[in-house]
Amino acid sequence: MSAAAPALIQIAAIEKSPGYWAGVIRRFRRDPVAMAALVIMLALVLMAIFAPLIAPADPYRSSMIRRLRPIGTPGFPLGTDELGRDMLSRLIHGGRLSLLMGVTPVFIAFFIGSAIGITAGFVGGKVNTVLMRTIDVFFAFPSVLLAIALSGALGAGIFNGLLSLTIVFVPPIARIAESVTTAVRKIEYIEAARASGASAFRIVRVHVLGNVIGPIFVYATGLISVSLILASGLSFLGLGVKPPEPEWGLMLNTLRNAIYVQPWVAALPGLMIFITSISFNLLSDGLRSAMDIKA
Amino acid sequence: MLSYILKRLALTIPVAFGVSIVCFMLVHIAPGDPLTSVLPPDASAQLQAEMRALYGFDRPLPVQYGLWVMKTLQGDLGVSIATGRPVASELGKALGNTLMLAVLATMIGFLFGSLFGFVAGYFRDSWIDRLASFVSIIGVSVPHYWLGMVLVIIFSVQLNWLPATGAGPGGSAEWAWDWVHIRHLILPAVTMSVIPMGIIARTVRALVAEILSQEFVSGLRAKGLLDFGVFRHVVKNAAPTALAVMGLQLGYLLGGSILIETVFSWPGTGFLLGQAIFQRDLPLLQGTILVLAMFFVALNLVVDIMQSMLDPRVQRA
Repeated sequence: MSAAAPALIQIAAIEKSPGYWAGVIRRFRRDPVAMAALVIMLALVLMAIFAPLIAPADPYRSSMIRRLRPIGTPGFPLGTDELGRDMLSRLIHGGRLSLLMGVTPVFIAFFIGSAIGITAGFVGGKVNTVLMRTIDVFFAFPSVLLAIALSGALGAGIFNGLLSLTIVFVPPIARIAESVTTAVRKIEYIEAARASGASAFRIVRVHVLGNVIGPIFVYATGLISVSLILASGLSFLGLGVKPPEPEWGLMLNTLRNAIYVQPWVAALPGLMIFITSISFNLLSDGLRSAMDIKA
Repeated sequence: MLSYILKRLALTIPVAFGVSIVCFMLVHIAPGDPLTSVLPPDASAQLQAEMRALYGFDRPLPVQYGLWVMKTLQGDLGVSIATGRPVASELGKALGNTLMLAVLATMIGFLFGSLFGFVAGYFRDSWIDRLASFVSIIGVSVPHYWLGMVLVIIFSVQLNWLPATGAGPGGSAEWAWDWVHIRHLILPAVTMSVIPMGIIARTVRALVAEILSQEFVSGLRAKGLLDFGVFRHVVKNAAPTALAVMGLQLGYLLGGSILIETVFSWPGTGFLLGQAIFQRDLPLLQGTILVLAMFFVALNLVVDIMQSMLDPRVQRA
């Protein structure tokens, strides 16, 4: 121990510190579960982006004579849906809207929520009270209920669905951002920066942002799986995406009556939602432990 | 204690006020004139004006809000457009059904969730811990409406053991605690219990692991206390938080039951919401959301107060 200590100091003096993010990436890459989740997630994203190139058939072309074929039908490896459309192609294309509807609200809410929370946490006082009490009102709704209330009132449609879900995810992100910022604000170097005459904007940009954005980001990635399930859930209820667009939640809805004819074909879209949601969850967990953030 | 309860109550009032404003605005953020949901599209201009005055839509918004609150406090939630019956009476029966489902699901979820979580936290980093963590990750990641469908496929379509939909034979609405009716409750309750199970398992695991790492546990062990004695202390320390999480989960299930109720055609508030959305029945939508949200606010209050009674260290502001 006593021999190792001077050696360590020497190494630290010679080698440039690899930095925080290098450490995070190294720890993340050693986590097999998180890496597997990352690979699955990237595959899903690529599948969604290149859907027209990968899909073997037109996801909209229906046929009354080949409705609800089972899995393994020649030419239709995953069967056909209630209108005779190729399930495999619809599942591949469905990833586009499902991922878009699930990820976008959290992405937008990340910026809005962070802005609200960091402002409230950094300014404090009356501004904090007004902002956070307003946030509390939206927190008083269970998230599913709020999403359904808003999109139920606004009506179906992709934009209304995105808007409702964004409103649902701003409050939790704002609350986390506020608590992290309030904690950082009390650290002495902020005091030192202020004493040396830095403007509030500069302090936030240089000293606060770097410390708070990591935890907020990890928290937001954890919300993506909830958002995916909720977004597809809205379409499942007839809100959100409208037919004939391929979207996993909507497909699950229109295939609901088919469970007596082709049960496993009807269950496929839900399996896709499940795989996507679990890979985002595992990814977020991996990120959390790699960045050493306590839940 | 009393001062804490009063303070907590005082904090709830502005939140309840805000919730009522959001619910009030639901009808007004709806596209088009709120009247379009009450009137046929070809109604004459005169009829439109009369109805506008009757519903008070011609007054300024704050006045409308005031009138709406007065009516609501008297238990009048308006009239359902689709059925013509008062929203309050439609809600009464549905609320009972949802409450029954949600309470049962919370109980199942709590029982298995705390069991998994406890074992995982106690044997931390063992294979049991990994298995329990994996199960709880599945619990929070699975789209529960899909899980409901899969259970219906297995237990109703393939095995024909349990009914797929409804709350009783032949669509009868009267509930009774006999096997004929309880059969209908099993699949939706099990499906619903998966969400709190995952969350409670995660919470309990973290709690147990944290408590076991504290010094008083080493102290107890040093004193010669056996595993069972340590176990008793851990339970006593973890219980208040675990119960609080359970209370909140019940609230989330009550509010979030719509998807599962739609899958199983369970005649509760979620099913009512589904109908309201499908028929664009805005008074029914508004009334149901208001009641569920207020229920959640009240539940939050009760959970906070109970938690601070069980564990005086936690007096959240």
